[in-house]
Amino acid sequence: MRLERNLKYTKEHEWLRVEGEEVFIGITDFAQHQLGDIVFVELPEVGDEFSISDSFAVVDSVKATSDVYMPFDCKILEANEKLVDSPERINEEPYENWMIKVKPVDLSQLDEMLDVEEYEKFCAEEE
Amino acid sequence: MDAPKRTPLYEVYAKYGGKLVEFGGWEMPVQFSSIIEEHHAVRNDAGLFDVSHMGEVEVTGRDAEKFIQSLVTNNVKKMKEKQVQYNLMCYSEGGVVDDLLVYKYSTSHYMLVINASNIEKDYAWIVDQKKEYDVHIKNISNEVAQLALQGPKAEEILQKLTAYNLSSIKFFYFAETEIGTKDVLISRTGYTGEDGFEIYLKPEDAVYVWDLILETGKDLEVKPIGLGARDTLRFEAVLPLYGHEISQEITPLEAKLGFFVKLDVDNFIGKDVLVAQKQEGLSRKLVGFEMIDRGVPRAEFKVSKDGEVIGFVTTGSYSPTLDKNIGLALVKTEYTEVGTEFEIIRGKRELKAKVITTPFYKKNYKK
Repeated sequence: MRLERNLKYTKEHEWLRVEGEEVFIGITDFAQHQLGDIVFVELPEVGDEFSISDSFAVVDSVKATSDVYMPFDCKILEANEKLVDSPERINEEPYENWMIKVKPVDLSQLDEMLDVEEYEKFCAEEE
Repeated sequence: MDAPKRTPLYEVYAKYGGKLVEFGGWEMPVQFSSIIEEHHAVRNDAGLFDVSHMGEVEVTGRDAEKFIQSLVTNNVKKMKEKQVQYNLMCYSEGGVVDDLLVYKYSTSHYMLVINASNIEKDYAWIVDQKKEYDVHIKNISNEVAQLALQGPKAEEILQKLTAYNLSSIKFFYFAETEIGTKDVLISRTGYTGEDGFEIYLKPEDAVYVWDLILETGKDLEVKPIGLGARDTLRFEAVLPLYGHEISQEITPLEAKLGFFVKLDVDNFIGKDVLVAQKQEGLSRKLVGFEMIDRGVPRAEFKVSKDGEVIGFVTTGSYSPTLDKNIGLALVKTEYTEVGTEFEIIRGKRELKAKVITTPFYKKNYKK
């Protein structure tokens, strides 16, 4: 399983890259491996607002459809449209291919997220 | 819930990178490398499947032929020795107990190959129907392992391992021979839409033959294949899966399996209902469809037309061969013509789809 040192993680297997007041969100290498070949990604619209635990995207692998859940309250700034035509990018480079860029309502909610060591431990327990 | 069952090949999955899932009470590999890669390997080269979870029931005795004919929809009496026949076993209401392959050794000796998740149910059902028939029924599922070698290079690979002339085994026939030093039954059958073989053998020989086939077929690109690709392969060829296209609630005629239902031969359980259904016409039928809107259809999604629910999806998936999202659905007969548009309800969205011809993939059998 590949991990990136300078990212934050969630127990739902998302990674977060914080850049000032903006956050990029994608799914982890562990998640893409569990899902298998990804064939379709349904993304939210720019401007949509989500609360913590809302489903903001749907990822289809060959076998199954999975929701992706919002880790904190936020507003969508951008959706990565490249994934609509080439969803397999997530399998190839999960940490390069972010799904959404968002603006958090309350930056302090990000303090709850896992760092790389905590996430690695979490995955080891799940497997 | 009981602990999941394991096949004799369980111990080798890890060596080949198998990712395990539970399927019908069995712990089986869903994939070894990637479902899409494995799917293409079978279409283009060859793939080896562990299908030891499938069940086998042996029927022997003076009345074996008569007895089996009373259970199943196809014409068993027409079978030759060493022939295999696809069959449906129905309830008296016309719904399906299971679909199965009938292997004929002689009129007094048959083997029925049934679905893994239905073994106990089927065996109990078959025993219940025995009544006055002079037959002996034995569930030999635990004494039989099964491999499937499928794909255009299957014959070339397997021929390297047996003295038996495989080209003499016609489509849906079998032979009893050896692979290496191991006794096997080889039939030219499968569940992928490709040419290939199913190999029945003793559980203790399964690992040896599995490794031997993969080693021997290396240069011909043979790969181990999991249940994920098994499902996408059978789905493209529109081979039914119990619990999806057929079930206790769906008759073989509704599932467009009329070819395997001979209503002009002897009586079998469920025949009256199927005859009536045929005379009156079907109110719903299985259709193939292709998504117009983006999105993958899945089993049990509802199908609607002008706001009215007209049916449900039985299987839906991304199709690796067609590179499209397609599905099978059981819908009201008036919406089954090719070109008809309807909506697939996926969560809160209604996605447009249209009826296309089936099978999605033209079968590549060697007959």
